[in-house]
Amino acid sequence: MASVASASSTTALSPRRRTTGRTRARRWLRRVGFGFAVAVIVSPAILVFLWMLSLSLKNEIDNLAYPPVFIPAPPTLANYTQVFAENAMGRYFLNSVIVSGCATLLALAVGVPAGYGIARLQAARTLILILIARMTPALSFLIPLFTVFQFLGLNNTLTALVITHLVITVPIVVYVMAGYFETLPRELEEAALIDGGSVWTTFRYVALPLARPGIVVGTILAFIFSWNNFVFGAVLAGRATRTLPAAVYNVLTFEQLAWGPLAAAAIIVTLPVLLLTVFIQKEIVVGLTAGGVKA
Amino acid sequence: MSALPAALPVASRPGFFRRRQRSYRLLTLPALLVVAAVIVFPWLFTMYMSAFDWKIGSVAHFVGLGNYTGLVTNQRFLEAIAHTFYFTALAVVFPLLLGTLAALIFHRNFRGRGVLRAIFTMPMMATPVAVALVWTMMFHPQQGVLNYLLSLVGLPPSLWVYSPTLVIPSLVLVEIWHWTPLVMLIVLGGLAALPTEPYESARLDGATEWQLFRHITLPLIAPFIVVAAVIRTIDAVKAFDTIYVISQGGPGTASETINLYLYLQAFAFYNVGNASAVVVVFFGIILALALLLLHVRQRTKWAA
Repeated sequence: MASVASASSTTALSPRRRTTGRTRARRWLRRVGFGFAVAVIVSPAILVFLWMLSLSLKNEIDNLAYPPVFIPAPPTLANYTQVFAENAMGRYFLNSVIVSGCATLLALAVGVPAGYGIARLQAARTLILILIARMTPALSFLIPLFTVFQFLGLNNTLTALVITHLVITVPIVVYVMAGYFETLPRELEEAALIDGGSVWTTFRYVALPLARPGIVVGTILAFIFSWNNFVFGAVLAGRATRTLPAAVYNVLTFEQLAWGPLAAAAIIVTLPVLLLTVFIQKEIVVGLTAGGVKA
Repeated sequence: MSALPAALPVASRPGFFRRRQRSYRLLTLPALLVVAAVIVFPWLFTMYMSAFDWKIGSVAHFVGLGNYTGLVTNQRFLEAIAHTFYFTALAVVFPLLLGTLAALIFHRNFRGRGVLRAIFTMPMMATPVAVALVWTMMFHPQQGVLNYLLSLVGLPPSLWVYSPTLVIPSLVLVEIWHWTPLVMLIVLGGLAALPTEPYESARLDGATEWQLFRHITLPLIAPFIVVAAVIRTIDAVKAFDTIYVISQGGPGTASETINLYLYLQAFAFYNVGNASAVVVVFFGIILALALLLLHVRQRTKWAA
């Protein structure tokens, strides 16, 4: 009985009654245990990032020291300046912005209306096609596209990369938007249609303004997945058109094996994505779980 | 499986949206064209190419099913399938267990929950290549921080990804770190939708916390766990970036999964015909796994 009471008091909303010393001690113990569990489950996530940061701020001697040096003393930005000075980091960064940006914008242009159409047609089968597209390994798109781009002379161009990244961005945008439009109330649209509006004007002036939160989620998810993609850039890009992840792997690992610059480059690649996620934490959760539950 | 639920609501709203079907179809047309060009066309082209003995830069010879029969006896390919299943099994089960546990923790109210949850979900969004580079350095047998941590708790150093037997479990470690948050979020969504009444009445009947979890929470969140399992399985079978960056399928071919074998065939040897046959088989495997899990999902739905 006692255990039930104390157990419910940790989860119940307001246990405001007087308690004896023993149940208080028990509750304190539970809290410590719970805090420990939280620490255990969260620490790997944060520690890997901190170690990444630590590596990027130390000189090479400290990075290769054993036992490892954890806190950079003094921290140095030399690794970052070296990465930018010895590689076309700015160029690669720009390539990534162009490729992911264009692929996301194009996906929005075709994917938002499509999501709306699918939601109103109740065309669940279309979504299964998109799910299958998500299931297909990225490499299997690459072989035919590589062959075609070879034929068209498009290999090593940013155009080829943008086209290929549509494989990632279009399914995500359609998927998120179809799910979002389905949650919107139909009464307003029905009223607009009864008043003689066309499907297009109803979409443009009634549904679209309401769908802004869904569009934000779709945009950010599409951009992140496109930004994080490695293999398209690694296969299709030339020296000058590499995206950041491909550049970090190809250029840095083969031409310089030093850990500091490598960690600095890794941070440069992943920081924009992490910032995006931190700012839209809640929406990402909603977007991903909504997509997950529907899958 | 989709035809029934899709047909019902339209029927309940006699013809209102259906009359305008053509206009709605038109809205989906641009996306369909894009999907046809970058997704459907590659599929068809892949199937076509898989019937040829074709290296890029040389003349293609029609071999019919030759590439496929070649795969059946291809030792390296068969081993790649085994590696893929081994990797996938571990990379699905552990994130599911840990993710569910984490979801139960984050479902409770405690100070700093929002911030800690944000931190916990960071790995999921981080660029896989960047993360893989850091793990490569952490796995280093001499200077790596992981062996130092082992020594702190009195364990002998490990070879990690440099050992043929440990390479796949080590890669799974990265996968667990990376994708447990996604499972957590999906299960957390399930927990958020739980009704409160069964708990109240069960508590009145004197049920323990474990009984509450086992008989109320678990059955109710089971469909969400299955969804997470589907997504996790698809992603684990397809895993490429981390394996490619950290071990390149090595040492030897100890961690060569289907995807890595495929990459080598296609873009190191330019053996396009053979690689296309691998793609078709690979997709068949993914489809079979997904259908199997969806079947399980359907059953858990009925059970719940």
